[in-house]
Amino acid sequence: MTAILTSVETSRLRAAGLSLGYAERSVVHDLDLALPDGEVTVIVGANGCGKSTLLRGLARLLKPAQGAVLLDGRSIHEQPSREVARTLGLLPQNPVAPEGLTVVDLVGRGRHPHHGRFRRWSASDDAAVARALELTDAVDLAHRPVDELSGGQRQRVWIAMALAQETDLLLLDEPTTYLDVAHQVEVLDLLVDLNAARGATVVMVLHDLNLAGRYADHLVALREGAVVAAGRPSEVVTPALVREVFGLEAQVVVDPVSRTPLVVPIGRHHRRSEATAVPNVADAT
Amino acid sequence: MTTLAPDVPAAVESVEAVRAARRRPRRRLLLVWAGLALATVAAFLARVLLGDFTFTIPDAVRIVLGEEIPAVSFILMETKLPRAVLAVLVGLALGVAGAIFQGVLRNPLASPDIIGVAMGASAAACFAIIELGQEGVSVALWGAAGALMMAAVVRLAGGSGSQLVLVGVGATVALQALVQYLFTRADEYDAHIALRWLTGSVGEATWSQIRLVVVGLLVLLPLTAMLAKSLGIAELGPDFATGLGVGPRRTDLVLLMAVLLVALAVAVAGPVSFVAFLSGPIARALNGGRRTLVGAGLTGALIVVAAEYPADYLFTDVNYPVGVITGAVGAPFLLWLLASGRTGRSAR
Amino acid sequence: MTHGLALSRANAGHSLTGGAPRPARVLPARATALLVAVAAVAFVLSVSVGSVGVVVPWAALDPDHTSYAVAAARLERTVTGCCVGAALALSGALLQGLTRNPLADPGLLGITAGATIGMVLAVAVWSVQTLSGYLWFSFLGAALAAIVVHLLASLGGGAATPGRIVIAGAAVTAALTSWTTALLLTDHERFDRLRFWMVGGLGTGYDALQAVGPTILAGIVLGLLGTRLLDTLALGDDLARGLGRNVVRDRLVVGLAVVLLAGSATAAAGPISFVGLIVPHAVRAMVGSSHARVLPLSLGWGAVLLILADTVGRVIAPPTEVQVGIMTALVGVPVFFLLVRRGAGVRW
Repeated sequence: MTAILTSVETSRLRAAGLSLGYAERSVVHDLDLALPDGEVTVIVGANGCGKSTLLRGLARLLKPAQGAVLLDGRSIHEQPSREVARTLGLLPQNPVAPEGLTVVDLVGRGRHPHHGRFRRWSASDDAAVARALELTDAVDLAHRPVDELSGGQRQRVWIAMALAQETDLLLLDEPTTYLDVAHQVEVLDLLVDLNAARGATVVMVLHDLNLAGRYADHLVALREGAVVAAGRPSEVVTPALVREVFGLEAQVVVDPVSRTPLVVPIGRHHRRSEATAVPNVADAT
Repeated sequence: MTTLAPDVPAAVESVEAVRAARRRPRRRLLLVWAGLALATVAAFLARVLLGDFTFTIPDAVRIVLGEEIPAVSFILMETKLPRAVLAVLVGLALGVAGAIFQGVLRNPLASPDIIGVAMGASAAACFAIIELGQEGVSVALWGAAGALMMAAVVRLAGGSGSQLVLVGVGATVALQALVQYLFTRADEYDAHIALRWLTGSVGEATWSQIRLVVVGLLVLLPLTAMLAKSLGIAELGPDFATGLGVGPRRTDLVLLMAVLLVALAVAVAGPVSFVAFLSGPIARALNGGRRTLVGAGLTGALIVVAAEYPADYLFTDVNYPVGVITGAVGAPFLLWLLASGRTGRSAR
Repeated sequence: MTHGLALSRANAGHSLTGGAPRPARVLPARATALLVAVAAVAFVLSVSVGSVGVVVPWAALDPDHTSYAVAAARLERTVTGCCVGAALALSGALLQGLTRNPLADPGLLGITAGATIGMVLAVAVWSVQTLSGYLWFSFLGAALAAIVVHLLASLGGGAATPGRIVIAGAAVTAALTSWTTALLLTDHERFDRLRFWMVGGLGTGYDALQAVGPTILAGIVLGLLGTRLLDTLALGDDLARGLGRNVVRDRLVVGLAVVLLAGSATAAAGPISFVGLIVPHAVRAMVGSSHARVLPLSLGWGAVLLILADTVGRVIAPPTEVQVGIMTALVGVPVFFLLVRRGAGVRW
């Protein structure tokens, strides 16, 4: 199913007929996807549906078995990697920092795509790192070794590194895993603020459907390597979708805080009780 | 505007904080370099001037500048000085190479002496000595070729990362069997030569060898310096590296520099045990946990020069190759490193 | 690895690589029959074929036969090979179960190196002459190496994961090998005596077997007793404790069996690697992962592998013989590479 964009939306990053796989298994099949510029796109799906694989394919970490990933109309694999790195930033899963690195060292690594063969560190790099640290509220952590930081602080620092790259697009693979709830919300708030403040395109994979619904402008649901639905969360998240993608019976209500869809699982234990009085989102017209 | 590039410049205080944070470690680094360089010079002087014959510095300078003092001149210029110089150069090459391997493969145990590169050199050289009856430069070339071939094999068979270390370990064990087999086919004399070669020795240092190493280092070290930045990115892992524009081919290039450095060192001195492995971690420890290639090189030089002394004089009737001392000391250090958990898996 | 599901898989024989349970492809009865047939053929071949030509197998039993000497000698080698091969294969299977690591092998984990340095110390330094004398040194060396490897893998925070064990084994092997080389360098004569032993060969004769026979037998008994231990240990320490086992004692028992088997084999035939790695994998591919089947069949197939390797070594390069230790390495290394590549690798 092709992701439908309205005529005003543009998309610099697209997948066209993309098939990705490891060895003999094809994880993503013939997928078309356009990621809307300036919006927060979240990719969701059950374990093993191919969402991480898709993100890695979009980030050029994987070579397509078939089809292509297009950045600004050209295949991403035909463009020099360093140039792509100036446009597309990436935060993979489970980042591991080398021993002994301080925060500024790590964030400074993000400036690499802007250094040519001979261009060394300059004042603009200091400024970029400083700005990135300001945005992630990590300036007072600047001299601290990364090993000594808490989980939430560390994740902010990794995001600062991605910000220091000064790209137009940012891809994140499960940036909230291993964080406790408060930090998860903190990180997602930060990403949405960045998007709101300067219209950067953010694409991330999340496993929590409710957080996805809350923070996404554009939600893409995957099942077994194919796009099942794509669009605004309020339109896309329905009990039918939850059943199809996650195999879960649920009611979908309106989150009282964010006015976004909230998935309420039913499960075997609670099915016997009477249906609640809260109206189902799908029923409301 | 759809970009993460700043439209509002950073506050001056933030930029200052960044600059200050970058300055602090740099000061320590310079201190470490200075300290190591001084220690190396001291060890070098001790090695050259002290021993069975003791030279005074003025005498030594006069000899080097060309004056002939009978008997003593020969000892200084043809044995002690070349051995010490070669020790420094070999230690430098091995130290830098080891630090590169450990950085790119993100594991301090992924050192050329442990993952089979050095063993490849040994096996090839033993083959040349025992089966082909070679000696001298020819053995050196065989050794270098062996190192390169093993590196290629391990890299191709093992992919990258943790698999590489495992494959290297397996290769080492297999090559040891080959070397043992070669020993059984050798006559007594060759076998002993081969065994000395196996542990690494600067005992037969000649000025032509030194010239060879200097030329090699003059080519390889600047190239390595240019690629050092890529090393810093490669250390973050293959995903980040690609994301920042450093693809796997560039990572391989960095490793190739390291393998060439090892091949160069091994060609003249044999695989001096554990120097490549020890230098990186020691330099890091001195530098507060941060990687330094220059520090590792200096540490390597210091280790080999310092080990040369007891190798020569520890047992009066036996002249050990320097590799025995570095091995004897390096091994417990390796074990201690493992025991204290510094095996490179760092914080998430 | 999902330990919860592993419980139901244990009886079906779950794969050591943590994937789906490996079903038995061949019924145990059929596999045993196959083993017996192949073993008989291998045995006969081993006695008949060799570097001096083919003799009839029954010549070994008839002192009046013209070829008696040759045949009897070959019979001796064959019997030795069976015992040593069985011991090595079983110790490998036990180690793989104990460390939950498909790449475990006494050679790779430093146990063989420990036995070797024990022997070298005994013969070279303390001039022990009899096999039964230096056998104990072999055990001691093997045991100490095993203890050190285990300690190293479990210290420094975190459990002794399979990956850390392999790396600890590699480190200990490297350390012990460099010390062994140092010892050999101190004395030409010592080295000459030992270099033939160190390549691994089956020529030590019935006296050796008499000495190591009882200990190999003890090791086999202990090892087979550990069948159910290993199936439970495979579920992980926590689950095993939950099921009421004394994990520490279980480990000790199996570890003791490994030491007895590997130490005896090394004392009798020198350091031979990779048998313990290859055979259990081949057996598991045939009959699944349940230890009740894997352990006994490993004994048999280990014997077969070793005597076949020895036979091939005798005919492959006439008129000389290639010792069995290098034959097993020739076969073992590609297998090892393949296993690592396929991902029987290790996470740490």
